[in-house]
Amino acid sequence: MATATRFRTLKDMPTVDYISPGNTLCAGCGGILAVRIFHKVLGPNVAWVNAAGCMTVTMSYPLSPLKSNWLYTAFASAPAGAQGVRDALDVLIAKGKIPTTEDMKVVVVTGDGAAYDIGLQSTAGAIDRQLDFYYLCYDNEAYGNTGFQVSSSTPYGSATKTTPATARFPVGNVAKKKDLFEVWRSMKAPYVATLANSHGVDFLRKVEKGMGIRGPKLYIALAACPTGWGFDSRDSVELEKLAVAAGVWPLKESVNGVVRHTIVPRVLTPVREYLKTQDRFSHLFEPEENAGAIAAIQESINGYWIEAGAREGFQVKVPEPTQAKTPSS
Amino acid sequence: MHDGMPTQGCHPVQGGEHVVKGKLLTGNVAAAAGAMLARVDYVPAYPITPQTEIIETIADWVREGKMDSRFVQLESEHSMLTAAGAASLAGARVFTATSSQGMLYTIEMLYNVSGWRAPMLLANVSRGVAAPIVLEPDHNDVLAARDSGFLQFHSETCQEVTDLVLLAYRVAEDRRVMLPAIVNLDGFYLSFTREQVILPEQKKVDGFLPPYEPVTPIRASRPVSRGSSVFEGFLYSYFRYNQHGAALKAKEVFQEAAREFEGLFGRSYGPVEGYMLDDADYVIVMSNSFTALGRQAIKRMRERGVKAGLLKLIMIRPFPTEEIAALLRGRKVVAVFDQNLAPGSGGILYPEIAGALYHVRGRPNAILPVVGALGGKQTSAKELEAVFEEMMAIDREGKTPTPMFLMREEELGRVKKMVSVAEGKS
Repeated sequence: MATATRFRTLKDMPTVDYISPGNTLCAGCGGILAVRIFHKVLGPNVAWVNAAGCMTVTMSYPLSPLKSNWLYTAFASAPAGAQGVRDALDVLIAKGKIPTTEDMKVVVVTGDGAAYDIGLQSTAGAIDRQLDFYYLCYDNEAYGNTGFQVSSSTPYGSATKTTPATARFPVGNVAKKKDLFEVWRSMKAPYVATLANSHGVDFLRKVEKGMGIRGPKLYIALAACPTGWGFDSRDSVELEKLAVAAGVWPLKESVNGVVRHTIVPRVLTPVREYLKTQDRFSHLFEPEENAGAIAAIQESINGYWIEAGAREGFQVKVPEPTQAKTPSS
Repeated sequence: MHDGMPTQGCHPVQGGEHVVKGKLLTGNVAAAAGAMLARVDYVPAYPITPQTEIIETIADWVREGKMDSRFVQLESEHSMLTAAGAASLAGARVFTATSSQGMLYTIEMLYNVSGWRAPMLLANVSRGVAAPIVLEPDHNDVLAARDSGFLQFHSETCQEVTDLVLLAYRVAEDRRVMLPAIVNLDGFYLSFTREQVILPEQKKVDGFLPPYEPVTPIRASRPVSRGSSVFEGFLYSYFRYNQHGAALKAKEVFQEAAREFEGLFGRSYGPVEGYMLDDADYVIVMSNSFTALGRQAIKRMRERGVKAGLLKLIMIRPFPTEEIAALLRGRKVVAVFDQNLAPGSGGILYPEIAGALYHVRGRPNAILPVVGALGGKQTSAKELEAVFEEMMAIDREGKTPTPMFLMREEELGRVKKMVSVAEGKS
């Protein structure tokens, strides 16, 4: 899989920025960081097409932190907006009405609410039509902009405002996180990848790789969310690193349907280490530990990595699910 | 099913002593022909009865190389309108079409596209809305878009469909307006009915409708933010008032364009059109294809010596308040024929007409609300004559009008029979 890349170490991250500092997002927002890194690789000529979410509120008339184009569409149909922009550029260039120098990369940017739930139909349509576009989903695993309600990206065990942990519902959200990577892959998208801000080189290379592929290129970036998840905003990147180390957030890509894990955590950090860092999981530890729920989460992670390892030929040392039961401190 | 407009289907037909000068086109093909003549760049589409023939026709023409446009079928009307508005913002001239449920499904995007000030065109082929599901026309679909900020032009004939498409682009893309527009035609009565249509000459159309010049398109060389949020009411109000001002301006721009259109093509259009209005005491206000039935009823009333007349609404947004006031002033009684129903209120256009007349000196003594032809219900000249008789009775007896809901005895009988079948009684 070795291909030429201009990104070998973090030092190769382009210093140019297309997003000004001082925007209106929360301190420590993993979402805007992902957009910023993504943009660095794509370069200046970009048309962002947005669905309702946290990014929407950064473009507040008359201000914009972006040095590129922006179009807010609606919650459900950003990929269709990308279709319109892409088709218009193509037809106007073909008719000679605008020069080819006006061509742009068309990028849908949405949160997980739009990507996993309300906008899935329009994404499916864009993939079916093999639209030449990028999709960047910043995934904070709930409807963050409205105050953290459950989405189909919310993992088992997370409390949200609409799945609060109570005595009768001690786990919080009992549904499992939708596997959007597999959903998109099954729709024959030529390139699908997951990203984490903590793994910059992996991130940069995946965007770079997408640029060499025609058709839909879809990315799910982990977006640590200090306000929704409940942690200190300075720990955002560390927390994403921990998510990868614990195997909660697999870093992988699919090229024409062939999946490869790009970062393999050889020895998984017990998931409790990750869960303990965030208020959204605090009910799993207090007032008393919900050992069953934590073990179930660990088992699900273990199962994922054992299966992936068997398929791709790598080995991961997984923690005993019961090990999760013993307090580590 | 549909004609290849330029080559087939252009058979001048001789019928009796009449020689049909134009091509015989369905309303749907007439709409597609308007789009072709307007040299649209982009047609995002999604099928729905009775509109589908429009997009099939365009798909054919594009694939046969007769039309230099990009055609793409989306996965819903909501996405279709999103793509349409986005492409318009990127500088393309955009055409699309819908009906009924499709219009309702994309309502959210109508408001967005209009707020973006993206001057695209949407042909709506009217069809009643579910439930119960129905295929034939009434105007609840297009009137659901009434407050969206789309301009609205309604057609009585297939000729008007083609002409209004061209006029609508001229108005929508005018720098004083910059708003999207709907051209409405009735399902079945126009969509699938062939009428003679004189297609304007392409060269003249090109002069009338030059290529679209976007104001601040999405461009690599000069990035823009479109659809930005505003978080303060005063700023929101500013943009909304602007939109309203532009919509109001569209009337004057339409009148200008219509004068030029008449000079070039010899057909004249206004925001409203009168029929036998000069001395009319009793006037019915109508729109779209059923207006033709209104004309027949008026002829019959005139034969009976009744001074009957008709006012047809072509432009419904902006609402032509002044024209309505000027033409209805001094009449004895006016009836508003609403081919739509707002349950719990009545006809949708009635209060708008009444509002237009309230401050008018010499306003009609009474305004009669009439609801009819829902779901394309066959409407007889007799039903419309009954409306005129009611107007005369109101005038004679000085009574307050009570709303009329048109249905014939014979139809009611059929309903009763079907209800008894549904109940298992027969």
